[in-house]
Amino acid sequence: MNEELLNVLRTLVLSATPLTIAAMGETITERAGVINLSLDGSLALSAVTGFGVAIFTGSPEIGILAAMLAGALVALIIALASIELRLDQVAIGFVLTLLMADLAEFVGVPVAGQRVNGVPYWPLPILSDIPIIGRIFFDHNALVYISYLLVIGTWFWLFRTRAGHAHRAIGERPESAYARGTRVNFQRYIYTIIGGSLVGMAGAAYSLSVRVGWTTPPSMLGDGWIALAIVIFGGWHPARVMLGAYLFAGLKAVAGAIQSTDLAIPVTLLNTLPWVLMIATLLLVSSGGVERLLRIFPRQMQYRLRSILRSDPPRALGQRFDEG
Amino acid sequence: MSKFLRQTLWTALPFVGALLMIVIFLLLLQQFTAVEAGPLDVLEAFWKSISSRGELSLRKIGNVIEFWIPLVLVSMGLVVTFRAGLWNIGIEGQMIFGGIFATGMAFLRISDSPLVMVPLVILSAMLGGALWALLVGLLKTKFGVNEIFGGVALNAIASQITLQLIAGPWRPPDSDKAQYSDDIPGASMLHGISPDFDVSLVALIIAIAAIVLVVLALNGTRWGLNLKATGRNPRSALLLGVPVTATSLGALALCGALAGIGGAHRVIFTEGQVAGQFTGGIGFIGLLVVLLVGMRGAWVPLVALLFTIILNAGTQLQFINLDSSLTGVLQGMLVLMVMLFSGLRDRWQLQQSRKVKIAATPQAEGAD
Repeated sequence: MNEELLNVLRTLVLSATPLTIAAMGETITERAGVINLSLDGSLALSAVTGFGVAIFTGSPEIGILAAMLAGALVALIIALASIELRLDQVAIGFVLTLLMADLAEFVGVPVAGQRVNGVPYWPLPILSDIPIIGRIFFDHNALVYISYLLVIGTWFWLFRTRAGHAHRAIGERPESAYARGTRVNFQRYIYTIIGGSLVGMAGAAYSLSVRVGWTTPPSMLGDGWIALAIVIFGGWHPARVMLGAYLFAGLKAVAGAIQSTDLAIPVTLLNTLPWVLMIATLLLVSSGGVERLLRIFPRQMQYRLRSILRSDPPRALGQRFDEG
Repeated sequence: MSKFLRQTLWTALPFVGALLMIVIFLLLLQQFTAVEAGPLDVLEAFWKSISSRGELSLRKIGNVIEFWIPLVLVSMGLVVTFRAGLWNIGIEGQMIFGGIFATGMAFLRISDSPLVMVPLVILSAMLGGALWALLVGLLKTKFGVNEIFGGVALNAIASQITLQLIAGPWRPPDSDKAQYSDDIPGASMLHGISPDFDVSLVALIIAIAAIVLVVLALNGTRWGLNLKATGRNPRSALLLGVPVTATSLGALALCGALAGIGGAHRVIFTEGQVAGQFTGGIGFIGLLVVLLVGMRGAWVPLVALLFTIILNAGTQLQFINLDSSLTGVLQGMLVLMVMLFSGLRDRWQLQQSRKVKIAATPQAEGAD
């Protein structure tokens, strides 16, 4: 295989990692019925937190933990505000995303432009020796492998465990879940905080893995919104969400590759591509485009395909649940 | 204590709480970080940004109003969309497109007379903003794409289009790689009232007219009622015969038109040319303003003034070694804390009224 193409694909996997982790965190949160709209700001804040702590302690691992804590704290604010104070999740997420982006810029001033060792490169033994596939998927750092495990783990949790069924139930029909003895709001706290800490990990993946460092404005600005759109495009299903993350990262990799060639395509045009793709994917899943697409296929296949392609949001998404 | 006084105190409580939290935040910064300035120094920076030699300075107040005008325009637009239940985060893109259309019209150089050009420029700015907003609206009403995502994407696309225009057709003739567009022709520019009070009278009148008209339209017309019904519950509004889609699109178009003027003001008054980020993030600040005032549009001028003063103190903050991004942090914290404290207050009031009810129940049962 062409060495250049191999490198592009390898970079693709690396740069898809934070998007995958963030979108997985959001999937977990939204499956419980809570919207964490603060992603764009949370990613920036946790990225700068992870980077700063890594500089301070000299350990990228502690940096990642600190970033996860930052993401979890933002998520906790959303959970508290929506569950205890009955505030609108969208409104509070909106404010938080703006505030956290500014806060990241403010606390990032002293560390901007500094250098630190990122998450150590760690090719997986044996697996990385597989030709082609090994280079693309198993020749990275631990965060990349964590993202794979996360997707598999989330899928298994949501669709193959009892507790995962309860998790989905509180996002679909909280009143039934409550009647069956699930402590809806308590669990919503848990999943919102877990989701938030994954968003935090994704932030650290930007500043300690994809491109080690911190700049103003940060490189990941806008990716939080893309991650939120990926969750919708992925129909709240871990595998499809991961596919979405790779689609966007792939587009970026292609754009980056075109940029380094002599093709006379303006950079600005390339920069709009992810956003055009975002609108296009949302158009596809929300305007009944999937249904129209399905009609092309023979009837026997339609049912099966529909269950793979359908993307209805959790029914109680964004809705408050009052216990008792 | 009179009822009125108590009501006022209840309303003021979240703001007091928010201010307290901000003071605590600044104290913590001073105590535990390399920051030497404390809350009082920050307050002094605010004061210095509107005064010189201990007195209010007309020139500096003029600078504040120069920011205040576009902020009020976008905020009044956002009050309209907010009332219709729309999260119009695409406001930045609408400002940008207002600026783009205004610049396009200005460069057509149809006439040398400001009396012809300025109205044309402003009208095309309104058109540009409204069209960009309608795109968000169409994506939502026709294709089911949530306005938040449509808006974010269109913001990014609009700002890339600006860069493309600066690099291409609007490039100054004497440079090949430009950060800024060519200067806007003089006939299309707005001018300050006087060098000491650099505020455009035309823009000020438009901003004040926008405040009055939006407040009146929201509270005194059928259209305002339709908006409210659409925002509260679109499904029942539709059953009641409210043209929900048209109302939503109309709200977005109006908001876009106002944001368009705001964007144009940045170009034809403040900057005199188009730069990459010419909106100065005013659209997002407008979102914060509207989240703070909620449905009460009449409060926009005052809150916008407060936010502009905070924003304008950025340079003063740098003199005391605080990064100017602190202004955004303070604005965001103010809104977040007011929201949290309002929630806390309402929750507490609810619990109080429940206690009263529970206390009253045994008697009710006894009477049974």
